[in-house]
Amino acid sequence: MSALRILVPVKRVIDYAVKPRVNKAQTGVETAGVKHSMNPFDELSVEESVRIREKKRAPGGVEDICVFSAGPPKAQDVLRTAMAMGADRAIHVDVKEGEDLEPLTVAKLLKAAAEQQKSNLVILGKQSIDDDANQTGQMLAGLLGWPQATQASNVEFGEGDTVSVTREVDGGVETVRAKLPLIITTDLRLNEPRYASLPNIMKAKKKPLEKKTLADFGISAEKRLKVLKVTEPPARQGGGKVEDVDGLISKLKELGAI
Amino acid sequence: MSGRPQLAPVLRRLRLARTARATPTSLSRQAALQQSLARPARCFSNSRSQCFQKTPAVAAGQAKFTSETYPDIKRDARFAQLTEDHVAYFRGLLGSESAVLDGVTNSNAADDIEPFNTDWMRKYRGHCQLVLKPGSTDEVSKILKYCNDNMLAVVPQGGNTGLVGGSVPVFDEIVINMSRMNQILEFDEVSGTLVAEAGCILEVADQFLASKGYIFPLDLGAKGSCHIGGNVSTNAGGLRLLRYGSLHGTVLGIEAVLADGTVVDDLCKLRKNNTGYDLKQLFIGAEGTIGIITKVSIQCPQRSPAQNVAFFGLESFDQVQLAFREAKGQLSEILSAFELMDEGSQALVRQVTGNKSPLEGQYPFYCLIETSGSNADHDSEKLGAFLEDVMEKGIVVDGTLAQDETQIKSLWAWREGITEALSHLGGTYKYDVSIPLKELYQLVEDTRARVDAAGLLGDTDDFPVRAVVGYGHMGDANLHLNVSTRRMDPRVEKVLEPFIYEWIAERQGSISAEHGLGVMKKKFIGYSRNPTMVGLMKNIKTTFDPNGILNPYKYL
Ligand SMILES: Cc1cc2nc3c(=O)[nH]c(=O)nc-3n(C[C@H](O)[C@H](O)[C@H](O)COP(=O)(O)OP(=O)(O)OC[C@H]3O[C@@H](n4cnc5c(N)ncnc54)[C@H](O)[C@@H]3O)c2cc1C
Repeated sequence: MSALRILVPVKRVIDYAVKPRVNKAQTGVETAGVKHSMNPFDELSVEESVRIREKKRAPGGVEDICVFSAGPPKAQDVLRTAMAMGADRAIHVDVKEGEDLEPLTVAKLLKAAAEQQKSNLVILGKQSIDDDANQTGQMLAGLLGWPQATQASNVEFGEGDTVSVTREVDGGVETVRAKLPLIITTDLRLNEPRYASLPNIMKAKKKPLEKKTLADFGISAEKRLKVLKVTEPPARQGGGKVEDVDGLISKLKELGAI
Repeated sequence: MSGRPQLAPVLRRLRLARTARATPTSLSRQAALQQSLARPARCFSNSRSQCFQKTPAVAAGQAKFTSETYPDIKRDARFAQLTEDHVAYFRGLLGSESAVLDGVTNSNAADDIEPFNTDWMRKYRGHCQLVLKPGSTDEVSKILKYCNDNMLAVVPQGGNTGLVGGSVPVFDEIVINMSRMNQILEFDEVSGTLVAEAGCILEVADQFLASKGYIFPLDLGAKGSCHIGGNVSTNAGGLRLLRYGSLHGTVLGIEAVLADGTVVDDLCKLRKNNTGYDLKQLFIGAEGTIGIITKVSIQCPQRSPAQNVAFFGLESFDQVQLAFREAKGQLSEILSAFELMDEGSQALVRQVTGNKSPLEGQYPFYCLIETSGSNADHDSEKLGAFLEDVMEKGIVVDGTLAQDETQIKSLWAWREGITEALSHLGGTYKYDVSIPLKELYQLVEDTRARVDAAGLLGDTDDFPVRAVVGYGHMGDANLHLNVSTRRMDPRVEKVLEPFIYEWIAERQGSISAEHGLGVMKKKFIGYSRNPTMVGLMKNIKTTFDPNGILNPYKYL
């Protein structure tokens, strides 16, 4: 079996635990001064790649784990985190703050990257929690003409470059098999990402991080979609508080519920 | 979004309990939320939380009556027995049905009253038959005046999370529960002064402050249930004392009602006020023995936008002390917490939560360090240099640094979850002590050796003691020594007491650093205070509460 050269795209997003707020101009969410971290689904991809190597799951071994992020200079923080978790090296494509790329542009960029890096496995998050688009992995598979296994909850390697992926589907699971090269997108049940250990955080500072531009991949950040307006969902109507059970019953009667 | 409903909480972030108060913001966030809502045990908090997945092992059994555990305490015959007339007066006064839980005339009310009768640890249980929930200072005043005139004893009660049995009655004292006085009254966005009613829940106050860019100067594991009035009454210390200091410094003013109904209006909002004795200080830590606090004004600091949390594994207590010194020296103004946990305490959290430890290996000691500052880049640089330094010097063997908010919360859960994990495993003897730092952990080792030598400590059911563990607020030289038991066994207490108190007294330590005296430590005050001091305290008690109706059988 071929040795794996895994490409793991990661995105810097507003921290999962932070409540995003719409900006004044209603063109997007406020990002300045807001805590950012790695997209949780991408953490799963990094973790899975590292485990495939550590547990020696692939018969041909893992030759390279390269994490890749397109974003503002701060995106390097999440690349360092990924390397602290165990990735070998990183590529950062500089994109100006606020100049977000659309999924199709990202897919094109990743196609170029996968070809350049001679990757034979790309593990992506099934979506990123900022835009929730859930498109990039599928588009990339289309552009490359590779098989895709989305929403993976388990990944196993077999003989002759085959990979079996268990996917989460409505009401159960589905197992698909394909040959390398392959696109996998990750779902929540796949693994439990580790904490980066201090020694590894230190080592990650010294791992190679290449800086590139979109032009290096022959890509431009053209937009096909136009955001018209971003608004908060309507505020929940505040509920009333009743004093006791009798109060509750009379309120329900008043509302005609009983 | 296939398969979402049946997702197990695999991702560690989903393990975190998040209650409905955390607003879902995008589809995936919402989904994550639903999954984690699936299994709640007891949730104290929706921020850094400790919601365990297993059901409490001991929750079922009824707690023993305090009057049986402490047969020496006798009901004070001067106090009147509750009658229908008393109840009728309170009903007339408080009006609303829900403000009076009456077990005097209604024998079906026992179940409703039980939660007010039993403490959080299920270690203390009273015979209370009447719970009153006043809605205003005026109502508190009228209740107390009536009780004082009729010699009815009362227990002021906040969130009932106190750990020394102070918040529940011993006999038939009336519980005056403050939960209906829960309003935030005033906030000054320039000075950071908050004025709120005593029954306001700590976490509610803190979330309100968060929306204004401020933080409550106190934080502790019970924040989702405890009241700020209860915090002030116990002079709670908590997790950030190191940074924000004690309530004796941050509380600016108090409104309280004395036993005879007199309203003491000292709701000062000034930082400086040197006009006479600072009487409000007496109420801070008085555990409801000299008056009922109805309102609090408190100085709140600016909330730090940048926070970092690191978690260390260390080989010895000497290394812990070195790490603390280095942290103070190198992190100085951004250090906001330095917490200590031994392996025994972490093993119990692992056992109860089933969570995987943040570090690969096991170490005799762990520390949690938090920094809070105003500039993320500055803090990260400082912290990075510090971490590199302590690793290089070999002070710290292994560790991790939270990479996002969720990791910050889950690392904190390893510290904050200890108290709750213990409560799920059986009874716990809890000692909350302050000793000079260099001997802080020696107490745990000496106690463990003593329990072991008595043949009481072991891994099987043959031994009454499961573990002797230590953890606490290292930054304040405050240790929690906890002895986790499988069952009540009188031999255990004999081995522990007065041994522990004597050990502390020999080192001029405090037998109650932050939890207070309550029922549990009433008779041990002499180990930390001399007779002159105790005499003066008794005079104060008599001055404020001549009939002794406020929280009798406790404190002094
Ligand atoms: C999980 C957990 C973690 C904890 N961590 C810490 C910690 O880190 N640091 C710490 O110091 N403590 C800690 N505690 C104990 C702490 O003392 C209480 O959590 C809290 O301060 C008590 O507030 P409460 O509202 O629950 O008061 P209660 O338990 O209801 O009452 C405590 C005492 O105050 C009196 N009281 C309550 N309200 C009033 C009032 N309005 N006026 C007059 N008297 C009143 C009661 O009579 C009683 O004597 C912890 C407890 C738990 C369960």
